[in-house]
Amino acid sequence: MPTIAESKAGPLVRLTRRYRFSASHRLNSPLLSKEQNDETYGKCNNPYGHGHDYVLDVTVAARVDPLRGRVIAVDTLDAFVRRIVVDPFDRHDLNTEVEEFAALVPTTENLAAVVAARLASAWEIAFATPGAPALEKVRIWETRNNIFEVSVGKPDGDCPATAKTKPVECYESR
Amino acid sequence: MLITRRVEFSASHTLYNPGLTGVENAALYGAEANPNGHGHNFSLEVTLAGDPDPVTGMIVDLKWVKQILEQEVVEPLDHRHLNREVPPFDRIVPTTENLAVEIWRRLKPRFDGTPARLHNVRIFETDDLYADYCGE
Repeated sequence: MPTIAESKAGPLVRLTRRYRFSASHRLNSPLLSKEQNDETYGKCNNPYGHGHDYVLDVTVAARVDPLRGRVIAVDTLDAFVRRIVVDPFDRHDLNTEVEEFAALVPTTENLAAVVAARLASAWEIAFATPGAPALEKVRIWETRNNIFEVSVGKPDGDCPATAKTKPVECYESR
Repeated sequence: MLITRRVEFSASHTLYNPGLTGVENAALYGAEANPNGHGHNFSLEVTLAGDPDPVTGMIVDLKWVKQILEQEVVEPLDHRHLNREVPPFDRIVPTTENLAVEIWRRLKPRFDGTPARLHNVRIFETDDLYADYCGE
């Protein structure tokens, strides 16, 4: 068996890891009147808030050398995502305890953008080595039926076939 | 149009690269590096691209797709120890990523020249971890 040093960069593989966190939120915009908030957000405007069991998929892409066969050490990814996103959000109130939502309505669109921005901004520090895996996208389920996806940058070699025929299950927004 | 066929198989593996030290294996593969191996119920989603035939209304007969997946994936991998019984995993580590690439490699020629082009291979090692490969 050749050593790792002898092996060459191989196929571009995407690895997706799933996380879960439960959090409360209230959808209320300071830019809207009470009536407008009620009309826009309905039950989600309840002043006492409500919660969801969010599911978060994080997709990482890299060319894998077949000997190691890993896009990323999964334990390392887990520790990173938990530190940056899951722990600060899980069993917390998004409106009052997550700083980004002090001035931002915690819709799941905004939540997906905040999660992507947090992971992307810390990614360089954590994984900035030659041939390092690229953070590609995050996808969040607010409920089983509402799914939100945000791409992070334009990773090297995005599958051209995928770009042409978007997978049916792919939601850019609600 | 894309169609996806799912199939499951159960197999054991160990993620242990003999070219690395025990500590390096643990850092890269975590608990998966136990050299004695362990098993998973793998779930494979094979996505094909094509246009429905105007007469049959089908891209391809899914029974035929099922047969190919049986021959190329389930029969050789199901209830096997991947490292010990299924080449090339005697030489390369049977990670989720390498499984995706190897399954792509096995399936690609079976669909070449047919109305159904192999578009993507997605393999779930657990409900919380999967790899995608689309031939790049």
